[in-house]
Amino acid sequence: MHLLDNESTIARLRRADPPKGSSAAPMSSQISSNGRLPPPTMDHLDALEAQSIYIFREAFARLKKLALLWSLGKDSNVMIWLARKAFFGRVPFPALHVDTGKKFAEMYAFRDRYGKEWELDLKIEPCPLLETIDPTLPPAARSAARKTEGLKLALAKYGFDGLIAGIRRDEEATRAKERVFSPRGTEGGWDVRDQPPEFWDQFNASPPPGAHLRIHPILHWTEADIWAYTQRENIPIIPLYLAKDGKRYRSLGDQDITNPVASTASNIEEILIELDGTRVPERAGRALDHETEDAFERLRVAGYL
Amino acid sequence: MNMIIPTATLATPNGTTRPQVRIVIVGHVDHGKSTLVGRLLHETGSLPEGKLEMLKAVSARRGMPFEWSFLLDALQTERDQGITIDTTQISFRTRSRDVVLIDAPGHAEFLRNMITGASQADGAVLIIDALEGVRDQTRRHGYLLHLLGVKQVAIVVNKMDRVDFSASRFKEISDEISAHLIGLGVTPSAVIPISARDGDGVAERTPRIEWYDGPTVVEALDALEPARPLETLALRLPVQAIYKFDDRRIVAGRIESGSLAAGDEIVIMPAGKIARIRSVESWPVTPLQGSPGAGRSVGITLDRELFVERGDVIAHVGSTPRDTRRIRARIFWLHDKPLVEGASILVRLGTRETRATVVAIEKAVDPGELSSVETKAIARNHVGEIDISLAQPIAADPYTDNSRTGRLVIEVNGRIAGGGLVLSVASGQRAIPVDIVPVESALRPDERSARYRHNGAVLWLTGLPGSGKSTLARALERRLFSAGGSPVLLDGDTLRAGLNSDLGFSARDRSENIRRLAEVAVHLARNGHIAIVAAVSPAREDRAAARRIADTAFREIYVATPVDVCESRDPKGHYAKARAGALHGFTGTGNDYQPPAGCELTIDTSRRSVPDATDEIERMLARSGVLFDELVDLAANI
Repeated sequence: MHLLDNESTIARLRRADPPKGSSAAPMSSQISSNGRLPPPTMDHLDALEAQSIYIFREAFARLKKLALLWSLGKDSNVMIWLARKAFFGRVPFPALHVDTGKKFAEMYAFRDRYGKEWELDLKIEPCPLLETIDPTLPPAARSAARKTEGLKLALAKYGFDGLIAGIRRDEEATRAKERVFSPRGTEGGWDVRDQPPEFWDQFNASPPPGAHLRIHPILHWTEADIWAYTQRENIPIIPLYLAKDGKRYRSLGDQDITNPVASTASNIEEILIELDGTRVPERAGRALDHETEDAFERLRVAGYL
Repeated sequence: MNMIIPTATLATPNGTTRPQVRIVIVGHVDHGKSTLVGRLLHETGSLPEGKLEMLKAVSARRGMPFEWSFLLDALQTERDQGITIDTTQISFRTRSRDVVLIDAPGHAEFLRNMITGASQADGAVLIIDALEGVRDQTRRHGYLLHLLGVKQVAIVVNKMDRVDFSASRFKEISDEISAHLIGLGVTPSAVIPISARDGDGVAERTPRIEWYDGPTVVEALDALEPARPLETLALRLPVQAIYKFDDRRIVAGRIESGSLAAGDEIVIMPAGKIARIRSVESWPVTPLQGSPGAGRSVGITLDRELFVERGDVIAHVGSTPRDTRRIRARIFWLHDKPLVEGASILVRLGTRETRATVVAIEKAVDPGELSSVETKAIARNHVGEIDISLAQPIAADPYTDNSRTGRLVIEVNGRIAGGGLVLSVASGQRAIPVDIVPVESALRPDERSARYRHNGAVLWLTGLPGSGKSTLARALERRLFSAGGSPVLLDGDTLRAGLNSDLGFSARDRSENIRRLAEVAVHLARNGHIAIVAAVSPAREDRAAARRIADTAFREIYVATPVDVCESRDPKGHYAKARAGALHGFTGTGNDYQPPAGCELTIDTSRRSVPDATDEIERMLARSGVLFDELVDLAANI
């Protein structure tokens, strides 16, 4: 099993000289009249990162019992990275993996390795059996709904008042309507029509007793942003994202309801080039999104991510 | 799989130089937002291949004229099927920009969603139907853009084909909306005549609008600038948290403006404590060299152990925010229940949250209406100016000084109910960056009120010179003292001999004179005394400021003696001097006295005796909770 990471780049990041994007050009050309370096200008990824860190810190300050939902995919790995930036190397709340038991072997290997390496307080919670799930849902959605139920069980078990989830607005239409701090009902449900206003980075962070909040620190990122940042920061990824025999996974879910897409992108650079020209949406390989018009929305209203 | 998605819905990979700008299209419902979006996608080459032809064919088959808004509907349907794009976050490219379109519904019902969307935008397009002209939602959205701080606004006057591309109709609408927006401090970057349906003015200046020589919509979007971090302003670092994960004590927050570096001398506001930045911490590399600027989330350590907490604001010595308990704000209100005077609210400003009371509401209006009817409560989707008294001091800036630390939100029952701009913080409250530690009185207010049988108060007697203010004040002082109370007379002229001897009679000096009187008076009131202020205080605005300072302790008494009676009395000989031209700027012979509108009591001393008037004041004080109207069980209060 090989998991992608690049020790030499991490070593470079750890060197004493400042990383790219946070340093300034040679002193001689940059000294301003007040004798200090001008602030380095922020690029797009710096801005995204700073915003996510701000959200993480707000969540940690305003909620009592947080957990981060770790799906092992590229987005939640970026999220963990951002949490470590926000809290100076550590993740000060549990990483919760709601396990359907049907992930790819590569995903479990990744979890076991980086759960230790990143010193995560890893909590693995199993999902209930398929037989216990609403049989009126289409097959893939029904399968995915197990995760929602598993999540509810975990919520009941630990009493979390905030769950940090790595969804993004550009992924899917109903996710685009999300707030950064998104209140859930006592049943974990989401009422898209009655969302509180949210502006100026002031968040609604007072869930009623028994209810909880979903916190979305990377809501404003795009798929391309995730890859560009993964590359810049050298965040390890599961190799299934890279092309093998003309196919790769753009999004990773349960084995039986996730399909690869045709691709020749064998590294992140190539993924970015591919994304720039593609006309296929990211979750195209996710069967559950396409079964019926409203399958995904039904799942989300019920508490799916 | 037959799945299509416009190429442009994907963000530019990092490393390109194309700036990304986020825009909202706002305006009255049915003024053509969907049509403009459809047309923009087409004109910028962002539509999936064959899509347009397909929809045109479908329309023809059904015998309906093709509408551009079908395109959005069609995309929406496909989106619902998980196939194409998301109409709430559409992107397209202009010549030099990636434009991300943020959803902002036009229905009044969804104003909170419009605000959520527009607050994230770098710029806005306000769309107006050429036939219908400026409507209530047009004005409302315009006003909200101003309150949300969206400065780059382009106006498009749509459906010009319905008014035969009339230049005069265009000018009429252009003048009306421009005047409205400029009045709010928003200068439109362009006003563009278009027909979104036919394409005029969207990407091309067609012959039908040859009289127009400004930019097209696409050109106007191309000229938008992404919001810039406020690096050139003074440092403001609102503290989010203090972390002690290891032996470091890290003060974490996001730099809202300015920049900082290790070695900087900083002030922690509102307490005003000084320290030096020892290091800027980071991960995985630490410490961070250089000076991080606005927009960065940072963590710093200080060179000494000081009490710092979430909500404090770190600034540089000499350019600190103001430390205040009183704020005047212009707000929009989204809660079902109107905001009223006396309401208890929670205010969030930066990372500080504090309980607060709405002391006064002024200019409550529906921003959609032309002739604004002022009310004393701010209804849902309306705006207003309010004075807020905060339960604990806060560090803030007027929004004109710093847009990030000059805005606040209001929460009711744990849910954001409104927000707005800080117009002013109580003047003269700029804190001195030294270790000021206010010493609290050893006595509790109830101990004092049990002895005096009254609560602390500020009685403000205003009126023309010679109206009888001092006479009444002295009589009242004697009356209260005889009853065991603790009145203190603050006469305007007496204080001018000492505390205010540096002040003249310019409008500015008069304001400062009133402010000092009010500050001294409220200090006495807080300590259980009844401060009786006798001062002409001709300016309504100054008295309003005094009321803000004294807050709920304030009782205004208008001594409304007719001017001819005042002049005939002329106890200090001022009228005579003024008539002789020896006393310039004298209130009384001039017309600068502004009588109060909403005072607690009005007394005309030409019609009643001094004891009678004093009785009346006493009754008002009893009625409004200052004097205990009957003997209370003193022991119960101690």
